[in-house]
Amino acid sequence: MESFQLLFHGFATVVQPFNLMVMVVGIVLGIIIGVLPGLGGANGVAILLPLTFTMSPTSAIIMLSCIYWGALFGGAITSVLFNIPGEPWSVATTFDGYPMAQHGQASEALTAAFTSSFVGALFAVLVITFVAPLVAAFALEFGPAEFFAVQFLAFASFIGLGRGSPFKTLTAMMIGFALAAVGLDTVTGSLRMTFGSTELLRGFGFLIAVIGLFGISEILQTMEESLTLKGKDAKINLKVVLQTWKALPRYWVTFIRSVVVGCWMGITPAGATPASFMSYGLAKRFSKEGDQFGQGKIEGVVAPETAAHAAGTSALLPMITLGIPGSPTAAVLLSGLLIWGLQPGPLLFLEQKEFVWSLIASMYLGNVVGLLIVLTTVPWMAAILRIPFSIIGPVILVFCAIGAYTVNNAAVDIIFMMMFGVIGYVLKKLDYPLAPLVLALVLGDMAEASFRQAMLMSQGALAIFWSNPLVSSISGLGLLMLFWPALTWARERLRGLVAPRPAPTKPA
Amino acid sequence: MHAHLRLARPALQAALAIFCSFTALLLSGQALADWQPQKTVEFIIPAGTGGGADQMARMIQGIVAKHSLMGQSIVVINKAGGAGAEGFLDVKADKGNPHKIIITLSNLFTTPLATGVPFNWRDLTPVAMLALDEFVLWVPADRPYQSAKQYLDAVKAAGPRKFKMGGTGSKQEDQIITVAVEKSAGVKFIYVPFKGGGEVATQLVGKHVDSTVNNPIEAVAQWRGGKLRPLCVFDTARLPVTEKMTKTMAWSDIPTCRESGLDMDYRMLRGIFMPAGVTQEHVDFYIGLFRKVRETDEWKTFMKNGAFNTTFMTGDEYRTWVEREEQRHRELMAEAGFLAK
Repeated sequence: MESFQLLFHGFATVVQPFNLMVMVVGIVLGIIIGVLPGLGGANGVAILLPLTFTMSPTSAIIMLSCIYWGALFGGAITSVLFNIPGEPWSVATTFDGYPMAQHGQASEALTAAFTSSFVGALFAVLVITFVAPLVAAFALEFGPAEFFAVQFLAFASFIGLGRGSPFKTLTAMMIGFALAAVGLDTVTGSLRMTFGSTELLRGFGFLIAVIGLFGISEILQTMEESLTLKGKDAKINLKVVLQTWKALPRYWVTFIRSVVVGCWMGITPAGATPASFMSYGLAKRFSKEGDQFGQGKIEGVVAPETAAHAAGTSALLPMITLGIPGSPTAAVLLSGLLIWGLQPGPLLFLEQKEFVWSLIASMYLGNVVGLLIVLTTVPWMAAILRIPFSIIGPVILVFCAIGAYTVNNAAVDIIFMMMFGVIGYVLKKLDYPLAPLVLALVLGDMAEASFRQAMLMSQGALAIFWSNPLVSSISGLGLLMLFWPALTWARERLRGLVAPRPAPTKPA
Repeated sequence: MHAHLRLARPALQAALAIFCSFTALLLSGQALADWQPQKTVEFIIPAGTGGGADQMARMIQGIVAKHSLMGQSIVVINKAGGAGAEGFLDVKADKGNPHKIIITLSNLFTTPLATGVPFNWRDLTPVAMLALDEFVLWVPADRPYQSAKQYLDAVKAAGPRKFKMGGTGSKQEDQIITVAVEKSAGVKFIYVPFKGGGEVATQLVGKHVDSTVNNPIEAVAQWRGGKLRPLCVFDTARLPVTEKMTKTMAWSDIPTCRESGLDMDYRMLRGIFMPAGVTQEHVDFYIGLFRKVRETDEWKTFMKNGAFNTTFMTGDEYRTWVEREEQRHRELMAEAGFLAK
């Protein structure tokens, strides 16, 4: 009960006029940061960190965490409208969000995305409020072997999904792995595939590749086809919001599954990006209309957005309770705590009660305020699609270029972005799927590091992935997902036979 | 005519006096102001956001802004690619630019030695040493080892490649310290590299590794929370902070590793460099700026919380220190077999 009292005390602090103002400013700045591709939450928070020096730590954390919520909301906007993910975790949102916009359902897609984000965040905050100490200990169970098992599960739940030829899926994935390997290798400390070029030292930024592969290639395709944006007949009034809300409760299973995946990924801390991919993969696999995913299913927007926001929010839990950042943005917030003279870690809950509970209260209020702000912008956003392509096309290109530049403050990244645009265009023409490439690019690096750390620890024995109940069950789940298509196929074959033979043993 | 002159003389005198005093003011003003930044100063961090160097740079940025220590503002830019090589190469290429400074980690020495990327601190202009970051040997608090000696005896008894040492990066400071410990104590660890110091501390709390050499600031939260135990500090003298961090211990209560029979010490440079080809005037401005930063309460608290060694050096003294440290890193890394082929 004491936590209730403290929480209400926190609410009292947050609704002070100055803190409310700081909250709204933070959210609006965050949405802008989220909309601009490239300028991610971590960069945005880092840039604005010095602004908060003159504030009290409580106002400062409210402002910075609200920038974070705003960025989480804002990432979906460009994904849906232009196929350009504003943040890494919105890549999976483009898979169905953009087709929806092309069919004139931009408002519906945006409403679904924002509402799912809100639901994801709300459940994550509830987790933080009520089971924080319990869950925090769970995060410590994760060593390299467990991390690899999780990343393997993310791959496995995505891998059998493609409709196209398995050869093309595999090729795209391998290109992704190769691109992820460029740059410094953490495990050996040597440079790989940089060919003596100083520009390749930092490797290929995930966001730069994604802006090119998705955004630029889409613009190229639009130029080739019609010079008009599809979906300009999108309904633009607030009634759409209510209509979409009516339809959303049908997907409650997807919501619950995505929230669980998101909270888990945020706490462990694997991050919002794997969470969004894994959630999308699972939603597609378990949906009755799974084969329609990728053509504009609202469920395909709900799943990744719910998971991403749940992960993004719960990533703050290990930061508060253990002093471990669950995401790059949380890492910057963490250094903020130190700069304000607070010490994150197990004692923060005891020593800085007002600070912690104001932060938690601001998570509730910040997300409500954020949802209201973004929902009112839905009609305006959808109206952007009515601007002639000859005007909006160049504007998008300029924003993409700015975005690519801001990732690393490097002009050469703009050239890389254009190259990825051409590659994306060619791959689309040849019918190679882009999703496996992107998945490999974002997870390949992490998965490789975890795998090799685990191999170092076990001195080369693969048994480390079966060494305790936790890692065994995740690995088992991963294998099950990997062979799911084969199992389904086998079951249907068996059903089709007049005299069914004994079921095949589980492949392992 | 005469009357005119009589009238004009005082006016002339007054004008002359005003002119003279203006000139004097201008001259003295020039002498006082020296050089000032004319535009925004870029502060390069050769590491990612959220790490130790990043924290310190953003702290400085905040202090300078809050106390208006400079007419222009500072913008912090992370260039972490290739273990920081990207940041150093950027400063090296910007010869003569007085509006750019860079903060260093040990990667100033280790990155060119380990990767062969063409840069050296001599391609830059040394400005000042801000502080030295300490390293401490940590184990989980529920392990029985109470001293470095007990722990290393256990490692020795278990045989080579049984105990795991977690650290940040590969062929960088944490692994160099690990190799030096191995050499001095006659043991062999499995060294497991992770991406950042926070991750390393977490892996130790979760007991996925047996020990780490985290910086004080990376592990202090877990120490105070009763999850980790410091065994020894890799400095020549004990840490100066006597304030109690836990119920029973202060930073100054941690013995040095030399006291525990390990014949080695290591500290990491947190120093400032500028591009080559700048004038002494430019360097002097930044030295003055950092002197003022060091005077602020915020900086003093920051130094205390992180148990930093607060040595401040400039000029020849600093240059000599860097030279000696580079030689030491070359020797350590050559012994460990970390030099680029």
